[in-house]
Amino acid sequence: MLSEIDKQIIREIQSRFPITERPFAVIGERVGLSEEEVFSRVQQYLKEGKLKRLGAALKHQRVGYLANAMIVWRVPEDRIDQVGEQLASFEEVTHCYHRATAPGWPFNVYCMVHKHTREECYEAARRLSEAVGIKDYFLLFSTRELKRTSMSYFHPKEKEKGDVQLG
Amino acid sequence: MDKVDRKLLNLVQWEFPVAVRPYAVMAEKMGLTEEEVLARLTRLKEIGIIRRLGGIFNSRKLGYVGTLCAAKVPPGRVDEVARIVNSYVAVTHNYIREHEYNMWFTVLALSWEELDRIVAEIKEQAGIEHLLNLPAQRMFKVNVHFEVTEVQDAE
Repeated sequence: MLSEIDKQIIREIQSRFPITERPFAVIGERVGLSEEEVFSRVQQYLKEGKLKRLGAALKHQRVGYLANAMIVWRVPEDRIDQVGEQLASFEEVTHCYHRATAPGWPFNVYCMVHKHTREECYEAARRLSEAVGIKDYFLLFSTRELKRTSMSYFHPKEKEKGDVQLG
Repeated sequence: MDKVDRKLLNLVQWEFPVAVRPYAVMAEKMGLTEEEVLARLTRLKEIGIIRRLGGIFNSRKLGYVGTLCAAKVPPGRVDEVARIVNSYVAVTHNYIREHEYNMWFTVLALSWEELDRIVAEIKEQAGIEHLLNLPAQRMFKVNVHFEVTEVQDAE
């Protein structure tokens, strides 16, 4: 389990990793630990897979991928794992999940493809469909992005409504 | 932005060193001084080329569970509903998709109970009549490259 201090460190690393000579020392000052202690905890998060890696996210990275489709599949229960794994093995599939169904909504496997055109998305879906032998699927194209952000882990307000900006 | 900036951006995106002095390690690779690397990165962050710098976490291993929600929102109410849905910290992604369920958003929380509570609250606050709650059962793939560029962390 993560302690309060771990949560603080994670918040710091996620939202305001310092651009300075000794970033872990600065984080240490903020949370009340030594540089060595912070650095060794970060190495531990990496080892445990909690932290995938450090890095920067840039603006405008998806330029060129104009069509993004979510492909929704209806897969027989006993084939979900196999189909999910097989879909995930395709390079053009960027995300793939098994999700619970809902009343009137029998679809249970979801994957994403990003392409230059819609036709390319349809082609990809046909190829995937043939490969996994599932014919019951459809594509959902996004037409507008309303929010796209990284999660603010352990945010004090994550259980609540944030500030609604009116107007 | 010059050639050095571009090279540095590649490094800072994909090969950020896990070291006590990470920027000194980058400087050595680039044949620059640590001071120059810091100055360039600070500027790239200030002008918004670098959107975020820091850790990319595995939400599941931090204890989070996630769901995808699909809502039927009348076209005339999309902006109003989006303002309310997006105001939740737990909502990380929200897209309009071409379907009768037209608003698709992701929610993360530290337990299934918490997740259901937040989803129910959003439904009520935003005045959504028809909403599908499609919790993730298993993750087969999250492409790290898209993760980072997006944000990462769609559930």
